[in-house]
Amino acid sequence: MEIEGIIGKKIGMTHIFNQEGNIIPVTVVEAGPCYVIQKKENSVQLGFIPQKMQRVPKPLQGHFKKAGKGCFKVLKEFKIKPGDEIKPGDEIKISDLFKPGDFLHVTGKSKGRGFTGVMKRWNFSGGRDSHGAKQVHRKGGSIGMSAYPGRVLKGKKMPGHYGNEKVTIKNLMVVDVRENENLIFIKGAIPGHNNSIVYLRKQYF
Amino acid sequence: MNKLDFLQMEHMRMDIPEFRAGDTVKVHYRIREGEKERIQIFQGIVIKKRNNGLGSTFTVRKESFGIGVERIFPLHSPMIEKIEVIRKGKVRRAKLYYLRNLKGKAATVKELR
Repeated sequence: MEIEGIIGKKIGMTHIFNQEGNIIPVTVVEAGPCYVIQKKENSVQLGFIPQKMQRVPKPLQGHFKKAGKGCFKVLKEFKIKPGDEIKPGDEIKISDLFKPGDFLHVTGKSKGRGFTGVMKRWNFSGGRDSHGAKQVHRKGGSIGMSAYPGRVLKGKKMPGHYGNEKVTIKNLMVVDVRENENLIFIKGAIPGHNNSIVYLRKQYF
Repeated sequence: MNKLDFLQMEHMRMDIPEFRAGDTVKVHYRIREGEKERIQIFQGIVIKKRNNGLGSTFTVRKESFGIGVERIFPLHSPMIEKIEVIRKGKVRRAKLYYLRNLKGKAATVKELR
């Protein structure tokens, strides 16, 4: 059974000590067990977090019925190797995919930051704090040239809504996998707030 | 308690004796040099304790050849062989930063009786 990734829920960050006594920052993610809902030619649809049937729309109830594993809150498609003998109703566990020392990609929705200025959103350096600077401490400065071109170039970095968007962090290391508790410990930070849904994918597939 | 607290509990050390700021302690710390491992002892006055679950630390200050030396240890580090509480101090503060400005006999803490 070869599958590209799995769905998880971010529990939070902490740190652990390794054998050398060094502190390793880790994010704990509760991943799986996921169930195969539908099989397509090169991919499968996985379901995660059980949901009461009456809370699911009727058409979706029929969709879940084919797998026979109840209803789920989250659905996500992952690639499989062609000709894999995976079938609807199969259980996918975190230990099937990852082991300590592996690398993975994590996709999630970043924390929403609302309407932010250019310093936070694009890491502009802003203006000076002193030496005669007046009301320009956190501004972006000029946004373009003069009569030619006479307009602001497309894609100019400006203040605006930041966060609450899909973010992928690549090549994070797996520190530990706990089969019984469905937990995976990932070195470093991952996108999103605690209890948010994240997708874990293999580095190479 | 949430799930994260339980996970942190696994790494916590329950064999660390109780001590607070003002106490004189002897910290037996394991040092790894290449393949070899030895124990280094650091003795001094605890000037602060930072309580943050698994991330708790404490700072030990001592005077070495007239120069103040401070070392911060993670309280739950597996590299700590043991901590000996040599003397209980009588202090009225949780953070003894004022010791940094004092020298010699003035930089000592009275014993709690």
